[in-house]
Amino acid sequence: MTLGIDLSRIHPGFPDSVRDSQTVFRAIMDAVARPGLAVALNKAPEAPAPLARATGAIALTLLDFETPVWLDANVLAGEAAAWLRFHCGCPLTSETHEAAFAFITRPEDGPPLSAFNAGDAKYPDRSTTVVIQVPDLDGGRPVRLKGPGIKGDRTIAPQGLPGDFWEQVADNNSTFQFGVDVILASGDLLMGLPRSLHIQTEGA
Amino acid sequence: MSDTGLGIAASEGRREWMAVLAKAEASEVSAAWERLEKPAYTLLRPPEPGLVLVRGRMGGLGDPFNLGEMTVTRSAVRLTTGETGLSYVAGRNRKHAEIAAVLDAMLQSEAHHDQVRSEVIAPLEIAQAARRQLSARKAAATRVDFFTLVRDREPSK
Repeated sequence: MTLGIDLSRIHPGFPDSVRDSQTVFRAIMDAVARPGLAVALNKAPEAPAPLARATGAIALTLLDFETPVWLDANVLAGEAAAWLRFHCGCPLTSETHEAAFAFITRPEDGPPLSAFNAGDAKYPDRSTTVVIQVPDLDGGRPVRLKGPGIKGDRTIAPQGLPGDFWEQVADNNSTFQFGVDVILASGDLLMGLPRSLHIQTEGA
Repeated sequence: MSDTGLGIAASEGRREWMAVLAKAEASEVSAAWERLEKPAYTLLRPPEPGLVLVRGRMGGLGDPFNLGEMTVTRSAVRLTTGETGLSYVAGRNRKHAEIAAVLDAMLQSEAHHDQVRSEVIAPLEIAQAARRQLSARKAAATRVDFFTLVRDREPSK
């Protein structure tokens, strides 16, 4: 199964894969249930470049041999691809619409959300979960979120996203039940942006 | 020094010693391990038990079929000197898998190769050959030769 992977530069994964992945899974569930809230991971191991610790932990927790993964060119160029293959055994795909998970570390150059699988009427849950790594979850353009999991509204301002990102999210979410779910990751933090959200850009 | 690219790592010898370590008794492996000077290493993949599907071919030639699942424990380690060792061993003994992975890494390093080869792998090989022979002898002792008697009557038509 691990044939063909250069093992000489593989980093370790979770020290205790069962408990650590359960802890991270719980954090991801919390993040998706409370959209726009930054959830801290305290169990994330060091991940190989260019992945942040949170991005790596999400991958170790959610990926396995049944989840085709799409990686952006920046991830493919680093050591992370071999690390994911070794620890998760996940197949890599170059087709965005075939991916169960997608990892984007250069959001400005990434494909639009509409390129990924939005699920079908029978199985909307089979859509792609898009994990986007950003420099910071704060300090960018403010956006107001409404929807399930948010009491009233919540304002977030992640950095490093493409100019039309929130329009893409709004388009994506307008076709609910279809659509991709987005998870933002930065350092040790992650934030869920599920397809159920309503987006209101500030001043719009 | 890291030689996991194509050198020793891909050699025929590695296939042999990994097979020896995988099939050895856990107690034999740990006894041999206790006598060695232990290198410093980190766990890339802590020992984890799981199932693998064993496939067979009838007579070694027929179509493959699923024989059944067996329990294996696998591990991966890296020595501080850079060699990466892997192991897949029969059974659920985590310590066995961890030691086998470290020994695999040591066998890839020039500094340790000869010592581990002669002090660990060779005795394990001899013990395994003896076990195989014993079970072959036991099986041979109970061997039954089947033959068919000529029937005394033609089947009625």
